[in-house]
Amino acid sequence: MSPITEYIVSALLIVGGAFTLVGAIGLARLPDFFTRLHGPTKATTVGVGAIMLSSVIYFSSHGFGISEILITVFLFMTAPVSANMLAKAAMHMGVKSMKGTQGNPWEQ
Amino acid sequence: MFDRLNFPQPWLSLVLFSTWQFLSDGISGASVVMGLVLAWVIPQITHGFWPERPAFVKVWRMPMFVLVVLWDILVASFEVAILILNPRQPKPVFVNYPLQLEHPLAISLLASTISLTPGTVSADVSDDNKTLLIHALDAESEQEVIDAIHKRYEKPLMEMFR
Repeated sequence: MSPITEYIVSALLIVGGAFTLVGAIGLARLPDFFTRLHGPTKATTVGVGAIMLSSVIYFSSHGFGISEILITVFLFMTAPVSANMLAKAAMHMGVKSMKGTQGNPWEQ
Repeated sequence: MFDRLNFPQPWLSLVLFSTWQFLSDGISGASVVMGLVLAWVIPQITHGFWPERPAFVKVWRMPMFVLVVLWDILVASFEVAILILNPRQPKPVFVNYPLQLEHPLAISLLASTISLTPGTVSADVSDDNKTLLIHALDAESEQEVIDAIHKRYEKPLMEMFR
């Protein structure tokens, strides 16, 4: 592996790790359930995307990383569904949204 | 018995079959058999959940749409990261988004896109498929979110599913 690819792989890993960390911080810091929903569902998209990309580049000598791309595609397909189910469940249970939220969730 | 041995959704079956070949360690007899079984069983089980197929989909517009969405994910991720690390409180908004799309598949595509792009989560679709409830993490007003989503995502989808 040439030094340039090593730099690219490390940079991608750091970016991915940083975004995942920010997502976790968001989960801890944001005030209510609906805003917390944004942290983890979003960190995965760029965080995991960057980590997968670095894996594709790292293992590129063993052929093209189809399985990494499949993992990313599966994640992109399932993340919105789980976020949607969480939001629906929260509205069903009547979870309070934070003060200052404009608009209202629907009655279920 | 034998009349059920068909593939009601050939494209889905094809995708399932090839995905299984990629997932298994190289193509072998076992992976082909297993792929065929999956390509037959999964469409049968999920049959009732699939909406009717749209009359005509302009598939060639899809790559451009995916690129736009990926770019937006990247840009908006930075915005959300900055917002999370910023000490000020976010200003969340529940948005009632008036849907102009009609096909269920198009609506679910739009809802998934909205959930994937950071800063917005689609929370619910009304029973008559006319309104989408979106939670925006940080926005000035409802109209701002509606306009942005309409311009960037719904218009291209409407073109595709015309």
